[in-house]
Amino acid sequence: MANLTINGKTFTLDVEPDTPLLWAIRENAGLTGTKYGCGIAQCGACTVHIDGVATRSCGVSVSEAEGKRITTIEGLAAGGTLHKVQEAWIAQDVPQCGYCQSGMIMAVAALLNEKPKPTDADIDEAITNICRCGTFQQVREAIHTIASA
Amino acid sequence: MNKHVLPQMNRRAFVIGTAAAGAGLALGLDIPFGGPAVVRAADGSPEINAWVVVRPDDTVVIRVARSEMGQGSLTGLAQLVAEELECDWTKVTTEFPSPGQNVARKRVWGDYSTGGSRGIRTSQDYVRKGGATARMMLIQAAANDWKVPASECTAANSVITHTPSGRTTTYGKVAEAAAKLTPPADVKLKDPKDWRLVGKGVKRLDTPDKVTGTTVYGIDVKLPGMLNAAIKDCPVTGGKLKSYDEAKIAGMKGVKKIVKVGDSAVAVVADTFWHAKSALDALPIVWDEGENAKVSSATIAKWLAEGLDSGPAYVGNSNGDAKAALAGAAKTIEAVYNYPYQNHATMEPMNATALYTADKCEVWCGTQNGEAALAAVLEASELPADKCDVHKLMLGGGFGRRGQTDYVRQAVLIAKQMPGTPIKLLWTREEDMTHGRYHPITQCKLTAGFDASNNLTSLHMRISGQSILASLRPEALVNGMDTATFAGLNAKGDAPFGYSVPNLLIEHSMRNPHIIPGFWRGVNVNQNAIYIECFMDELAHAANEDPLEFRRRLMKDHPKHLAVLEAVAEKIGWDKPAPQGVFRGLAHFASYGSYVAAAAEISVTDGTKIKVHRIVAATDPGYAVNPAQIERQIAGSFVYGLSGLFYGGCTVKDGAIVETNFDTYDSMRIAAMPKVESIVMPSGGFWGGVGEPTIGVAGPAVLNAYFAATGKRIRSVPLRDQNITFA
Repeated sequence: MANLTINGKTFTLDVEPDTPLLWAIRENAGLTGTKYGCGIAQCGACTVHIDGVATRSCGVSVSEAEGKRITTIEGLAAGGTLHKVQEAWIAQDVPQCGYCQSGMIMAVAALLNEKPKPTDADIDEAITNICRCGTFQQVREAIHTIASA
Repeated sequence: MNKHVLPQMNRRAFVIGTAAAGAGLALGLDIPFGGPAVVRAADGSPEINAWVVVRPDDTVVIRVARSEMGQGSLTGLAQLVAEELECDWTKVTTEFPSPGQNVARKRVWGDYSTGGSRGIRTSQDYVRKGGATARMMLIQAAANDWKVPASECTAANSVITHTPSGRTTTYGKVAEAAAKLTPPADVKLKDPKDWRLVGKGVKRLDTPDKVTGTTVYGIDVKLPGMLNAAIKDCPVTGGKLKSYDEAKIAGMKGVKKIVKVGDSAVAVVADTFWHAKSALDALPIVWDEGENAKVSSATIAKWLAEGLDSGPAYVGNSNGDAKAALAGAAKTIEAVYNYPYQNHATMEPMNATALYTADKCEVWCGTQNGEAALAAVLEASELPADKCDVHKLMLGGGFGRRGQTDYVRQAVLIAKQMPGTPIKLLWTREEDMTHGRYHPITQCKLTAGFDASNNLTSLHMRISGQSILASLRPEALVNGMDTATFAGLNAKGDAPFGYSVPNLLIEHSMRNPHIIPGFWRGVNVNQNAIYIECFMDELAHAANEDPLEFRRRLMKDHPKHLAVLEAVAEKIGWDKPAPQGVFRGLAHFASYGSYVAAAAEISVTDGTKIKVHRIVAATDPGYAVNPAQIERQIAGSFVYGLSGLFYGGCTVKDGAIVETNFDTYDSMRIAAMPKVESIVMPSGGFWGGVGEPTIGVAGPAVLNAYFAATGKRIRSVPLRDQNITFA
């Protein structure tokens, strides 16, 4: 059993401590917005915030995440209002297939939290998620739009 | 707010046809447009016809038969229907009718196959007619109510107006009556110049759910009592499952059952996927890998190289006498290129959820071909068509991979061994990359002859390598020849060669290794564009001529090809010097009915680090339904194509694919993304595709720029094998 605090709610889950956080979130907590892409922390589809830091949840065990504040894509919008990154994603029509976008949005939200006005170099360094549809041009434009708002 | 909802239809309203597996799915297109019996959606709202349901609150549900995998045709097809329907676009929702419903209704929605960049171009005519027919019926119903001629009424934004009296009503109010009318026989479509919605870059309909994590992909399916399965198929295609030691994992947490799947795979079924995967990883498995285990990249390369000079070959395009002209040429130039296996690497690994009972089998999955998925369900379940269905979900990428149905078949074979329990089969990334349907491997020898005045008089292009159709659709071969191999190199058709050479011979020596090929975004465009467009650059330099001028002289009779090439040349400033340290390359191609070109600007550090600063791209797809989405498809195709060029290439060792995750099969990140400037220049009169054509031109444009920068030719893909990478 493990107690995880996800999106402000405590989940008591029947999982082994070495279960990757990704699978505890998806299968035990039932929050499927966080996606499986590679399982080896390469692609970023499973990115969540742990204590505000963008983290690839497939590479973190449940035991490491216990006692920490976990935010998934489902918890990004506050009180029914979309997060500014989500709003910008809609305005810029960013997603194509959309599968990587939960992780992409979580990575961008963390970047903007740390650096509200990131340069292109900041974006290149911080956003390393794979998107096979190739939405990068819209991702970059949307980030700059948010930063200049 | 536009929203995509999962289809819910009252299946009892349908007359289940006699459609047995093969016969039912092989029926030709016979698309009726409604009446007289009213068919109702699950909420009771009437269908005006198969494409259009109108709810009392004026919401319009547009049915979309093609799949949505990111390419945007869900939105484009809805635009086409809505254009003719004259409905309120802000009240449009969409749904996917299931393949089983299509069979039951004699293929009322036509073809479900979503590949070959044909989602819009091969269904635009009948979906527009579906919208126009529904509009005429809605107007007629209002006219009947008012007892006035329909010709005195007009429709716009879901409001019908009787012009002489000024009376109005809405679609929602007359839908019931309209649904009972006999559809009109004579339906005229709008002149494209009158389009108001088609041609506009309206926002996608499926975005809001994709930014909140609520879109349901196949991997997200949840059914009551569902169990999860992980699978390992013999890593060497053609090999078999010899044995496995079930006792070793029987007691592991959550494990419910270990099952054989066909003769080459084993799956563990558990309460969670994580438990299933963990147990499968611990399961000792013995494979009988068979003869194919002797095959490696080196043996394949040797076999293909032999085909460049010897053995029979299929002729795809020829004129004059290329061999004689080459023999008499004043100067000849020769080069050999190659292009490797590539993995689709969709972000969402293959998966399907199946529920099998003695008299019914249902599957939930992302698929690019709902009807092929249904056929796989029938075959694997051994149940008739009216007992099976496939519920189509959004795809986490397709790129051609999800046109195949191997994962659907596996899910059903597992579910069959646990009747009554829904089983979600998910491939690990490793399984996904081990069992791809790989972009086929080829080599190409090109030989060109010049006369004494440096005029190109002959060209011989001999491709040696794998055919996709021979493996996946042998019935499509023409006297043994795979015509798709010649994409962009044909004398005519929707993928025509853009040059006139007096003596031309383009041929294919077919050699099919055991690695199963597949349709990988752009398909044969990827290698053919590199082969011909890099070689043309070589020839221009051999003739001491500017690459654009050299091409122009050969393209006089190919005005559509030339128009896109000139458009990118002009926009990138080809006639002016590039910025200091920046070098340019050009390429053009035609495929899937569209004409495309690219001009790249790059800089190179230490001869090995390439920074792609900018790519100007042009496409003439005939008609542009949604230019904003076309721009995204162009930029996206460059990411996919350049990822394959730089990082891709699947290696074969001991008969199996070596690269099994993104650590060894990498993909472009945002840091390497060039600025893509798109010119969407529809010239009208034809319907070309969008998702694939541009993928071919980024590669040769960048490689030609690399030569301009370094004086070195790259003729082998991927660049990682030559230690060349993104800067």
